[in-house]
Order: sequence, then C-alpha cells, then structure tokens
Amino acid sequence: MTLKINNRIVAVQTGQTILEVARASGIKLPSLCYHPDLEVKANCRVCVVEIAGRAKLMTACSTEVEDGMEILTDSPRVKRARTINLELILSEHTKKCADCLAFPDCELLRLERVYRIKSDRLAPRKSGRKTYRFAGAVEIDGEQCLDCDNCVTACHNQGIDYLKMAGAGAAQEIVPVKDKEKACIYCGQCAAHCPSASAQEQSAWPAVEKALQDKQKIVIAQFAPAVRVSIGEEFDLPAGTNCEGLIYTALKKLGFNNVIDINFGADITTMTEAEELMERLRAKKAVWPMFTSCCPAWVAYAEFYHPELLPNLTTARSPHIHSAGALKTYWAQKNRIDPRKITVVSIVPCTAKKYEAARGELSLNGRPLVDYVLTTRELAYLIKKHDIDFKKLTPSDGDKLFNRGSGAAAIYGASGGVMESALRSAAVFACDDKKDFGKASLVCTERLEFKDVRGLAGFKEATVDIAGRKLKVGVVNGIGNFHRVLPKLKKYHYIEVMACPGGCLGGGGQPIPTTDAIRKKRLEGLYNIDKSRTVRRAHENKAMVEYYDWAKKQGLSAKVLRTKFKKAQL
Amino acid sequence: MLKIDILKKIADAGLVGRGGASFPTAQKWAAVSDALKTKKLGYIIVNGAEGEPGVKKDGYIIANYPEEVLAGVYLADQFLGSVKIKRIYFFLKPEYYQKYAAGLKKVLTAKKYRALGAKLEFFLKPPDLTYIGGEETALLNLIEGKKIQPRLKPPYPTMSGLHNHPTLINNTETFYNVGRVAGGKYEEDRFYTVSGAVKRPGVYKLPINLTIEEVLRQTGNYPRSPFFVQTGGEASGEVFNSLQLEQPVSGVGSIMVYDLEKTNRRKLLKYWLKFYHDQSCGQCVPCREGTYRLWEMINKPELDHKLFWEIVFALEETSFCGLGSSLPLPLKSYFNNIVKK
Repeated sequence: MTLKINNRIVAVQTGQTILEVARASGIKLPSLCYHPDLEVKANCRVCVVEIAGRAKLMTACSTEVEDGMEILTDSPRVKRARTINLELILSEHTKKCADCLAFPDCELLRLERVYRIKSDRLAPRKSGRKTYRFAGAVEIDGEQCLDCDNCVTACHNQGIDYLKMAGAGAAQEIVPVKDKEKACIYCGQCAAHCPSASAQEQSAWPAVEKALQDKQKIVIAQFAPAVRVSIGEEFDLPAGTNCEGLIYTALKKLGFNNVIDINFGADITTMTEAEELMERLRAKKAVWPMFTSCCPAWVAYAEFYHPELLPNLTTARSPHIHSAGALKTYWAQKNRIDPRKITVVSIVPCTAKKYEAARGELSLNGRPLVDYVLTTRELAYLIKKHDIDFKKLTPSDGDKLFNRGSGAAAIYGASGGVMESALRSAAVFACDDKKDFGKASLVCTERLEFKDVRGLAGFKEATVDIAGRKLKVGVVNGIGNFHRVLPKLKKYHYIEVMACPGGCLGGGGQPIPTTDAIRKKRLEGLYNIDKSRTVRRAHENKAMVEYYDWAKKQGLSAKVLRTKFKKAQL
Repeated sequence: MLKIDILKKIADAGLVGRGGASFPTAQKWAAVSDALKTKKLGYIIVNGAEGEPGVKKDGYIIANYPEEVLAGVYLADQFLGSVKIKRIYFFLKPEYYQKYAAGLKKVLTAKKYRALGAKLEFFLKPPDLTYIGGEETALLNLIEGKKIQPRLKPPYPTMSGLHNHPTLINNTETFYNVGRVAGGKYEEDRFYTVSGAVKRPGVYKLPINLTIEEVLRQTGNYPRSPFFVQTGGEASGEVFNSLQLEQPVSGVGSIMVYDLEKTNRRKLLKYWLKFYHDQSCGQCVPCREGTYRLWEMINKPELDHKLFWEIVFALEETSFCGLGSSLPLPLKSYFNNIVKK
C-alpha cells in the first residue's frame, strides 16, 4: 500500500508507524520520548503530524499507517503545536550546559534553535529538585527531567524495576522504589535511554582533567573493546567503524602519558577463566554451571538477587582490572616505577565499571587498581571540549607497554564474546591434556568460532565439544532475560551473562542513541576486528602469557588475577 | 433472551453511552462479544465514578433504580457468556458506596442475581481523585494497581482491557437503560442534572434530545436575571449565552447555570484551571505542563494572552486523552459566547 507524506508518495507496510515511515523517507521528524528499544508511550507529543480527515493532530510514533493516508509532518498547524509543546518541555529542563555531557550535540538545544523557542517566557519549574545517586555509577537529576518515563521503562525491560514515576501531574517525579527487595545494578540503561541527560553517569572527567594536570603522575589511559566501534558515532562516523588508531591519538592529545588497550586485559581474563573452566572440568566434584563475572552489573545483580549463585561465578577478574593490575605490578616493577605514581583511567562503554573500580577487593595496597572510569560518552565529551577534531586525527599505535590483544579479546564487547573466547582457549587446553581428557583428546578438533553464541537474541544456547566432553553452554543477553535460564540452570555447564542488551557494545555508557540497528553495526565491527587479527586465541598472546606466568610465580594470583564475591547487604 | 435479541433491542432503542462520549452501546457490546470468541475470559466494569463536577445523575440512578441497573449488568453478563466473565467491578465514588451500596446489595440477594453477586466487586474511587486520569483506560490501570493514567489506544478495552482481557465498560445510566430496554420499559428519556443559580436544582428524568431551554423551562429553572449556562459538566462543558439555548443538552446531560452579573470572570477561570491542573495525571506534555502553566499564569496580575491561547491550542490538538483536549472547550466557548458579547 502507499500513502502521501509531505506530498510524496511512499510505499508502506501494515504495522509500520508514521514515525518509522517518515524517518525511513529521510524526513527529520523530532521526538523525545520515542526509542525503538522501548514500548511506545507517546507522551512528549513532539512528533505530532497532521493527517487528512483526522480532527486532531496525531502522534507519529503511535499511529500506524493506513492505505491512502495523507500526512503532513511540518505544516503550520503542526509546527505551531510542536513549538508550544517544545517550549513547555524545555521549561521543565534546568539547563546545565556548562558541564553537560550532551553538549554541544544536544538534541534539546538543536530543537530549541530549529523551532526558535522563546526561552524567557516560562521559567524553568524544576529547580531545587533532588538528584538521586546510585553508588558511584549513575544518577538521576530531577532538575533536568522531562517526565518521559524512558528510564522507568528501560529499567523495567532490564527486569529490575528499581525506578518509578511517583506522584501525579506536574508534581510527579522519578524516584527509586522504596522496596527493600529491589536494588540498582548500575547498568546505566536508564542513562542510555534518557533524552535530557537527567539520568546519566556520575562524571569522572573533571577528576581526570585534574589528574592530567598533575606532573607528578603517570596517567595511563586504557580503553575497552566496545569503545572503539562506537565512539565514532559521536563524530559522525558510521557505527561499527574501528577507531582504535584515532583513540590512541586523541588520548595522547588529551595529555595521557601512555595509552594501552584493555584487549590485553581481556586476554588475561580469558586465560584465567579458561583455566578455571578446566579446573572445574578436571575436578571430580565441581560447582556447575560456571558463570562469567566480567560484567559488574551482573555481579551486582547476583550479589543482591541471587547470592546462592556466587560460588558459580568465575573468580577471574574483569579485563580492565586485569590490565590495571598488570600495569601497577609487572610493568611498574620492570620499569622501576612506584605504582603509587601511576594513575589508571579506564575508558569503558559501561557505568557499572565506576562502581566496580571502587570495590575494596580490587585494590592494591589500599589504593584502587583503576583510579578513574570514564564512559565512552565522557571520552567523546572530553575530545569535543578540548577542540580535538577526532575524525581528522592521524591514527597511531599504542606505546607498546602491552600489545593490542588477540581477536578473542576484541569480541569481549559483544554478547557471547566472553564465552567464545574462553571456549577457544579451553578447547585447546583440553586437547593438549592427554592425562585428564584421555583418548578423546586425540581426535578432538580445535574449534575457533562458536557462532551459535553470537548475535542479539535474548538467550542463546549451544552444545560444544571440548575434547570429547559435551558442554552445554548458554548466553544471557540483557539481564532482563535472566529469568529464562534461571529455572533450568542445572542443564548447563557454562553461562555468560551480560546485563546490557547486546553486551558491552550496548552498554549504559555508550553513545546515544543505542538501538538494535546500531548494536548490529557495532557487533559487526567487533567481529571484523577479530577476523583481522593474526592471533585469535587469548593464550596465543605470548606477552600476556609471560605476564600471566610471572604473576602466578610471584604469588600475586589472588591480588591481580582472581577475585571473590559477597552477598549484598540488604 | 437470545443474544441476538438483546443486541437488536439495544440497537433499535438507539442507546448510546451515558458517560459523556455517547458511543453506540450495541456496537460496544458486539465488540466485546466478538473479542470473547477467541479469548478465554473477560471483565465487566460498571462506571459510577461520576468524575465531572456538577453531574449527579449516576448517584441518583443508583439510589432510585438499583434493580434496573443490575438488570442491565445481568444482561451484559448473560450476553457475554457468563462463564467467561471472571469478575464484575462496580466502580463507585466512596460517598455513593456509603449511601447506596446497601440498596444494590439487597437486589443482589434475589435468587436470579446470586451468581452475579458472587463475582461482583465494589471498587471505590480513591478519595483524592475526582477524575480518573481522564478516561476509562486509566480506570483499568487503577484496578490493576498501576500508575493512574490513560493507555494508548488501540488496543481498545473491548479487545484488550483489564489485565489485557476483553472488557465491557459502561456508565451506570447505560446499564440502567439496557435494563429498561430488556423489560420493554425504555421511554426514550434520560437524566438531566440542573445546578447553579436556579430555583430547583436536581436530577430530572425527561425525554432525550431536549434543548437547553426546554430543560430549563420544563423543570421550572429558567432564570429571571441575566445568565449563561455550561452544559456537559461544570469543568469540561461548553458555555452558551442565553441566546444560544436551542441546542440539545449533550454528553452527560448536565446544565450549570451562572448568574451573568454575579459571576467573577477570573474566579471562574481559576476554578476551571485549578480543576484541570489538579486532575492532570501527568502523562503527556500539553496537559501536565500546559495546565500547570495556565494555572500559574491565571494567578499572575497580568495575563499573557498570546501564550495563554497558544497553550490552549496545544492542549486541544495534541493532548493524550480526553481530559486535556476537553479544557479548550469551556475556555474558548466562554470567551467567544460570554466575554466577547
């Protein structure tokens, strides 16, 4: 069927909304509360359009197309109503542009300009509202909130339901629920879906800027697998573009003394985790299934909601903690540097890592291994703030403190990647282990790619052959899908859980917007990096193995390789 | 009575919903019945919330005709296939419950209504609410314990209402009319609430489609001093001057009479705006922010007329539900029919 939109005839399909059709046709129809991840709520009333024969304007996000519809998205009547609604919305939002991460590419400011909103007619009405802070990770600032409910819906989709809209009318407010049975897991999906920077990460960039001024310090930046395929979006590069080289250059320009790739840390994680899997496989009696534990939001979830599962979590630390440990011990010792002089700044797609870095057990001699955590958005902001033309930078290489890691490390950024990395190595370990795996290991094939665990499905599973042993593995993609595996845990040997949909590439600290279409591109970007690397198994990263063996020999295993978990206090 | 018979009778009688929207009753019943062909269970809700200020007819009907109302509910239950109707909610203002529930419960003790009574539950409106978020889908949220706000439509409650099951929601007067239609006692009449600056305020049963003037004259309420009226509710109703009384009384059938000279213009505007400001559920921008700003503006010494009417325009054109989009009617009709004259 067809319809007319702004006097252009367009072919459409049943079930499509006007907003989808408009955007697919290149019409820039603004909306604030709409997000393809979330159920349509149609409460901002900005995407209103005029439809011939309808008495009132209709919201494009919630109106399905019909054959022969005649739609105007920018008529004087539409503009008039949209303009006043925008004026009303903007008067809810207390501007904090001076240090807002959304600046200068803020959609609210763009709309204010395009629709020439008179900003002085209505006084901002929410000043004095409370900011709710959750650990050191996420905050919700009531002064900036537009009441769109996206954070509540995103939290609901995560199965957490920690946020709610309390009260009614103009007095309503987003608040954390009082229910003692519920807790924030710091995943930041509220922030990733907020159109007004009301829900956002607790900023670490001012502290990092300060540290960069301190000439006594060696400030080392390390960036995570998923950052390289998403940060380009902040600078008009297509999602999925590998920006490794640009990130190195940008970080050096910002004044970091050294820059390393967390992918090196991811190889340490894989090594540790694959070894633990082997330990469990060799043991007569072991706790099954083994869970991944590199996602701090999943760890927070397990510690609060399912402490009975804590013995199942792998004791391997997470990649940025691993590489930070290598910096502050191995590298420091080799270069005769006092580790207290080293400041490690992780740049990650995640808000929960801010909370993780502050966990007491992840410190060395009373100081955190990772000193500061920036999200992808914060790094992009710093680059813009310092007038660095990211796209035009000359790509460079790291400082070779450590290498760029294997292909297995690159895919850590995608749901299923951590498990695939561990399986790649475990398969080899088992095949090489004639003693414990016996004859079967003689005929085993060393598989490289485990495609069943890839992709954006909410739950993925497969049976994999590890030297003749059949392992049932599962991947939970988004904590909201955890309930799907919970009743049948006993069926599995190994389960990966990533709190954010898509894994780290869809993390709470990633560029806005993050949608399934964008997740897919970032995902492709990561698997392309994997394919391009000559070393694709973590344990084949010789420099990493050298460090790994060193750490064990030094008796540092508990200090830099393994960790422990504890039940959350209610 | 055969299913087809009652539906035909309702259609032939031309019954329309008496909650204000005047939707054809037979059409609504048929929609729920169709939906239940494929769905396992459904609900019936009797709406006696009477949220619109100045309307008192639901209370009057429940007080005086509990048997007819419940006869209508009984027929709905039978029509929709009683076994499929899991529960019937009788939604009431707390004061109506206190005064009239005994009468309703007494009717339910009759043998014929025993099964009906077993699944009928009185559900009381929270005392601090006047409107329930503007419309019936908000009532569904209230019963489900969710935030009280209207839902996006479609799906309509007839298809996917309470707990996502087909749900028949009718006003008390509508059920009363069905009860009378089935018993052959429907007389093409309806209830009119007359209030305000009149001698004999009250609820009157008179023929349908009377003009405002006819209702005022026939009830002995036609004022002697200059006046104007608001029909369809004291908040959302349309305002007419005394030369415009040839129209039929629409919606919920109420006429509020104002004394032209004694009515303070700003006070009246404040009354309307405060009502909407207090009753807005907060869901959509034009209603939440618009009513907040209009209320703020009317309390300032100088009114920014341009901005005032811009906001009214946004409310009219872009509100999520009938609450927000109804505010422009009293404001605009008052200015056009009274202030400008």
